[in-house]
Amino acid sequence: MDQFGARGKVLAGGTDVLSMMKQGLLAPEVLVSLKNLAELKQIYADPARGVVIGALATHNDLADSPVLQERYLSLCQTAHHMANNQVRNTGTAGGNLVNAVPSADLPPLLIALGAAVTLVSTGGSRTVKLEEFFTGPRMTVKKDNEILTEIVIPDNSFTGSTYHKFGLRRSGALAVVGVAVAVAMEGDLCRDVRIALGAVAPTPIRAFKAEEVLKNRPVTDQLLEEVGRCAAGESNPISDIRGSKEYRQDMIRVFTRRMLKKAISEGHV
Amino acid sequence: MSMEAITDKHGVKRYLITLNVNGDSYTKVVKGNTVLVNVLRDDLDLTGTKKGCELGDCGSCTVLMDGKPVNSCLVLAVEADGREITTIEGLAQHEQLDRLQDSFVNHAAVQCGYCTPGMIMSAKALLSKNPDPTEQEVREAIAGNLCRCTGYVNIVKAVLAAAKAEGGAAR
Ligand SMILES: Cc1cc2nc3c(=O)[nH]c(=O)nc-3n(C[C@H](O)[C@H](O)[C@H](O)COP(=O)(O)OP(=O)(O)OC[C@H]3O[C@@H](n4cnc5c(N)ncnc54)[C@H](O)[C@@H]3O)c2cc1C
Repeated sequence: MDQFGARGKVLAGGTDVLSMMKQGLLAPEVLVSLKNLAELKQIYADPARGVVIGALATHNDLADSPVLQERYLSLCQTAHHMANNQVRNTGTAGGNLVNAVPSADLPPLLIALGAAVTLVSTGGSRTVKLEEFFTGPRMTVKKDNEILTEIVIPDNSFTGSTYHKFGLRRSGALAVVGVAVAVAMEGDLCRDVRIALGAVAPTPIRAFKAEEVLKNRPVTDQLLEEVGRCAAGESNPISDIRGSKEYRQDMIRVFTRRMLKKAISEGHV
Repeated sequence: MSMEAITDKHGVKRYLITLNVNGDSYTKVVKGNTVLVNVLRDDLDLTGTKKGCELGDCGSCTVLMDGKPVNSCLVLAVEADGREITTIEGLAQHEQLDRLQDSFVNHAAVQCGYCTPGMIMSAKALLSKNPDPTEQEVREAIAGNLCRCTGYVNIVKAVLAAAKAEGGAAR
């Protein structure tokens, strides 16, 4: 990638790059395929680092991964409900992040789980927290000469997590809003929580104020409603063909409440 | 780059690829931007695989790559090098239609027919992995195959019936 700079593009599953090229939205001189880097397809638990997801793992690889099914079933569910089966067989986790579309489905849950990504170039490698990775629609901190090699979910105290993509159809529709939560429960007290929202701002965002509202107070339906309201207030969605700003904010309220309830009572689902 | 490339007098690079399609091996010279569906249709005359949206939404170009359904409009031919491809033409054995094909005919699951090859390839992949799917699983498996005649009811019936018939044969 050093050699081509901005003239080159990485090709992973191609589900986005090739659609964009066909629509004339992208015209790289050189496509560099990663397909021969088989080691970047692995998903495994590393005792020192946590759960490692190779950038080239496809959405169906995530959905079918025994490690994820045991540790973060929520991530398998998220991957399983993305796109359609054909796209899930070719589209990759790394591509979904680097693409940096505000409505993408993997970023919110991975942010809620505290994931980081590894960026590698000939100059070396660096680790970036996923929540600091996105800078705007289709923009990230990744430099042209860097390749995203893996996603790491560090071991944590979360007892539950879940994601809901609220779309207009069950399949093949982009998220109107996406709500991910991860909670660390101790009895009926929530000791730690991360709420990440997709499709409601130029990048996925965390609802920091809402998180504080929930922490260390006995969980009741009223409290969850209050957290939902707070999260809605923190979001800054646009109005477009998929929904108005007001509608999106109200859906954030509803799904933040519901997802928290689900993760609190059902674990990683 | 490990793949052999030939550059013509206009500076366009072409690559030598080997595809295994429906059990036969083919060696072809393709440009870097050629997509798999065009090799299948134009070079190999396997026109059963259809082109619709060409953006991965409609599923009419679905083929199996190493047994998994993919949109052949979004796979570069060079990326399919060395892989095993199955198209709709690869299902019938010795003039005998595949059980799924029979079932589509018998259940009037074919209206205009344009989505049928892709639909059957998605269903084929499902039944190979899960011989006894629920209706929900069938619907999920074909969610990436659009039928604009909206004949989904009979399509789902045809897939479920083929699964039953296959189960019966195995028992
Ligand atoms: C029909 C259809 C439905 C879809 N539905 C959904 C959906 O429901 N939810 C959703 O979130 N997305 C959806 N997508 C979008 C897309 O499929 C996903 O974002 C997918 O994960 C992209 O991965 P890819 O491997 O195909 O990426 P590619 O197209 O290969 O690449 C995408 C971008 O990332 C870069 N890139 C990829 N991998 C790396 C890497 N390892 N290092 C550096 N750069 C890299 C590429 O250069 C390119 O800029 C859909 C797409 C289609 C065609």
